[in-house]
Amino acid sequence: MKITALNEIHKKAGGKMVEFAGFEMPIEYSGIKDEHMTVRESVGVFDVSHMGEFWIKGPHALELVKKITSNDPTLLTPGQAQYSCFPNGKGGIVDDLLVYSYEPEKYMLVVNAANIEKDWKWVVSQNDVGAELENASDQISQLAIQGPKATATLQKLTDINLSEIKFYTFVTGKVAGIDDVIISATGYTGAGGFEFYFRNEVAEEMWNAIFEAGKEFGIKPIGLGARDTLRLEMGYCLYGNDIDDTTSPIEAGLGWITKFNNGRKFIDRDYLMMQKTEGVSRRLRGFVLQERGIPRHDYELVNSEGRVIGKVTSGTMSPVLNKGIGMGYVAKEYSAFGTQIFVKIRNKNIPAEIVKLPFI
Amino acid sequence: MKIPADLKYTQDHEWIRVDGNVAVVGITDFAQGELGDVVFVEIETEGEELEKGETFGTVEAVKTVSDLFMPVGGTVTEVNEVLADEPEVVNKDPYNAGWMIKVEMKDTAELDDLMSAEEYQKMIEA
Repeated sequence: MKITALNEIHKKAGGKMVEFAGFEMPIEYSGIKDEHMTVRESVGVFDVSHMGEFWIKGPHALELVKKITSNDPTLLTPGQAQYSCFPNGKGGIVDDLLVYSYEPEKYMLVVNAANIEKDWKWVVSQNDVGAELENASDQISQLAIQGPKATATLQKLTDINLSEIKFYTFVTGKVAGIDDVIISATGYTGAGGFEFYFRNEVAEEMWNAIFEAGKEFGIKPIGLGARDTLRLEMGYCLYGNDIDDTTSPIEAGLGWITKFNNGRKFIDRDYLMMQKTEGVSRRLRGFVLQERGIPRHDYELVNSEGRVIGKVTSGTMSPVLNKGIGMGYVAKEYSAFGTQIFVKIRNKNIPAEIVKLPFI
Repeated sequence: MKIPADLKYTQDHEWIRVDGNVAVVGITDFAQGELGDVVFVEIETEGEELEKGETFGTVEAVKTVSDLFMPVGGTVTEVNEVLADEPEVVNKDPYNAGWMIKVEMKDTAELDDLMSAEEYQKMIEA
């Protein structure tokens, strides 16, 4: 099993360690609900160093990124980041990712830990344009510092004015005496904050500096458990659950990151265009349970007659709403907001309502 | 981790406190720790006669759901109503306020199959 540069720190902090995507990672420390509310109300820190980073460089870098991503990277200027996905050539998704425009001829792609190898092979196989590729996943550590007190915490560690870094933009600079930190105003929680990228060698130093700075706000380490409940309250997709090689970005509600402008040729353009104009037979939707119960991955969604209309892809008890929430693909007829559906939980059909995302 | 000496234990991490032919049942400190935050305890078997090993309910944590098994056969005479609104009591006080059901035992000889505190400790350490 692989470990991140902060493995020892997690164990000392009481992290309950589990295997995730080939890495030994903390699933929780003080408890998922406590960690969840810490991020919603103050500030928490996630070690997300298991995620993958690929550099795409050289005069043909943009050409490759244009071809393999669904969003339009030609819209990016250096210092901007973009959520996107890799269409898989069969109407599905290889992975979802962030594209960072670092310099005109230098892009960083940040991919899911579970897909690093698969994505790397895919990107290499699509590189018929001669871009320079580098898989830097094992050299880069990443921390997500999230919550309403994230900016106040981190501002103590840098001269860069953090409040000037707009959502989905980034700068590179000095934090806690460490040079060349990528400070990105992004995250997977909806609670605001930053993601930092830096080299493994300084990971412990960075972690300790951040915790010292956040002490007055009750800063806490946050595990993968709360990362999942936080993202689900926002309705963000998780690869492997809500999207995969068999779901299209249009079905998944990711039409907003599937851009057909400027006649850009990209993988699956024609197929996705057809889905966009002709419609799809199922849609990823969020739903809230109207009675007690918790939807779980793979539970069936049924109509009032008990006929199967879809499946749960992600579900949990929302710590903020204190209700069962979930996402799943439902047949188009049941996808309108306000539609009554039912979640089959053990032997009961629990009523649920299709709602707009985010949940909170 | 607490493992009270006066209780008996199952391989499924339930504890049982015996008083005459009535048994009080809950889940162990180890079990609640493994589950994490308990958010929902569903027990709808009050009044039913169940065999040893049958499911009497389920406990849902944020990340997982787990069945609850009868440590002995008998009739479920009472369910801890507190858990309906305050499932977190299972985390805070698994052996007392977090009890789950009371069972009128059919055959107290079934108790012989259960583990002592010492045996249970060995099992979870193994």
